[in-house]
Amino acid sequence: MFGSTLKELTGIAAELGMPSYAGRQLAEWMYKRHVADIGRMSNLSKADRKKLEEHYALGNSDPVKVQTSVDGTKKYLYQSVGGRFVEAAYIPEGKRHTLCVSSQVGCKMGCLFCMTGKQGFQGQLTAGEIVNQVRSLPERDLLTNIVYMGMGEPFDNLEEVMKSLEILTEDYGFGMSPKRITVSTIGIIPAMRVFLEKSSCHLAVSLHSPFEEERRKLMPIEHVYSLSEVLSTIREFSPGKQRRTSFEYIVFKDLNHSQRHVNELARILNGIRYRINLLRFHPIPGTPLASPDDESIEQFQAALERKGLITTIRRSRGQDIYAACGLLSTKGQQDKKLQ
Amino acid sequence: MQASFTAHVVSNREIAPGAYLLRFKRSFDFIAGQVIRIGVDTSGETRLYSIASGNSDENVDILYTVNPEGGLTPALSGLRPGDHVLHSEVFGRFICREECAVWIAAGTGIAPFASMAFSGQHSGKILLFGGRSRQRLYFHGQLNDLLGSNYIPCCSRESFSGAFHGRVTDYLKSLKQIDLAVPHYLCGSAGMVVDVRDILIEKGLAFEKVFAEIFF
Repeated sequence: MFGSTLKELTGIAAELGMPSYAGRQLAEWMYKRHVADIGRMSNLSKADRKKLEEHYALGNSDPVKVQTSVDGTKKYLYQSVGGRFVEAAYIPEGKRHTLCVSSQVGCKMGCLFCMTGKQGFQGQLTAGEIVNQVRSLPERDLLTNIVYMGMGEPFDNLEEVMKSLEILTEDYGFGMSPKRITVSTIGIIPAMRVFLEKSSCHLAVSLHSPFEEERRKLMPIEHVYSLSEVLSTIREFSPGKQRRTSFEYIVFKDLNHSQRHVNELARILNGIRYRINLLRFHPIPGTPLASPDDESIEQFQAALERKGLITTIRRSRGQDIYAACGLLSTKGQQDKKLQ
Repeated sequence: MQASFTAHVVSNREIAPGAYLLRFKRSFDFIAGQVIRIGVDTSGETRLYSIASGNSDENVDILYTVNPEGGLTPALSGLRPGDHVLHSEVFGRFICREECAVWIAAGTGIAPFASMAFSGQHSGKILLFGGRSRQRLYFHGQLNDLLGSNYIPCCSRESFSGAFHGRVTDYLKSLKQIDLAVPHYLCGSAGMVVDVRDILIEKGLAFEKVFAEIFF
């Protein structure tokens, strides 16, 4: 039941002959009181609880492993249906406590710089499995922000991601402000369009190069949905004050931080309300790409700002436990299971 | 990019167990390597497919495998000649313009390369194609005729004359050297693309010479 929307819970209640308000009660127990046992839903009649237990399970679980970084970042491992594994990263930073959730086991997108991409694709997470990463987090009550930047491409699992966003943001669910949630994509336009129409959460787009010819060598998706079409779609929706689009820009050594890149970024982002987040590349095994030094990133930021582009340098977090951007992978667990 | 155009199905043949070739009348121009969104009804699921036919052919061919739990392919496999199929405009940039290149595909990932070959772009190309069985080396005869010795079928679960016994990754690993001067185009599952790309890079190919199309 965990991961069902209010409409679905109301349907479950009706199917079992429970009162029409029972759907809201179920939501309250699961998403506000975080109970892990139907038997503890004390405002449901004993008969209704028994019926629920006979036909349904809550289906949530606790992390099976946690690793803690020297910088305080924690990486949680979850076992999902079918013995597959996903990871979520909890990143405390001053008053900000961010959880980076996964939306798929592995990823189909094959980006050259990403560790998750190297494990291929093993399956979609359900809305329940996505929201469970929030529910079961020991630091759940401290959370200020959720980012869909863990394993997988959220817009390749649109239906379940949209359901999870509803549960996290609606009053019947976790009741979080959509402004506290960011969904990141490499630019799957049809799904991005649905998200922009139906959700108020923030959007982050993986950019990494303003030149389509360069970007397609890093991100195969460019062959299908080009950056220029992604930007046109974002412009079309003109987010306004409620929504901010951020562009994630991994800086690679000697590859994508020249003045030519600065000039082109200024040109293509004209007219979009945005922020560019600069991230240092975290090398992965066998990669032909390298990490730049701090000075190069700072010089790039200064050059962007001289052009009037709003940028932030994101500190690397959790690199020692492979929790930093682009490093999440459960290939090891999958391989062990296969053995 | 919505599947808002209709076309008449010419044929829809099962060419290997669970693998179909849908053929419908062509009413548009395209560049070999481009994709098209396909659907059966306006309220149902749609998916992107690379066109598998030549760009001068009278018909458009779409190669697909049926996912019994999927929202589209079971219905797609039920289409009969004369039925309507929905399609979008063509789009995408997985286009090979070089005189010489290596094409590497597995399974239905052969579609864009088949289209390129059937569009007359096969000269100067080497095609490495992996399939589990001989039946799953789609277009095997036609590709063999067009590319001759530059066509290298790899069959992982069957052994037969003229084919490398193993996966495309095994074949690539067995090579002492690869041509580092030419671009390599890859199409297949995420796992295949990532594995092949890693092998090519390990063998010294610059990542700028690898172009990949993925299934999603």
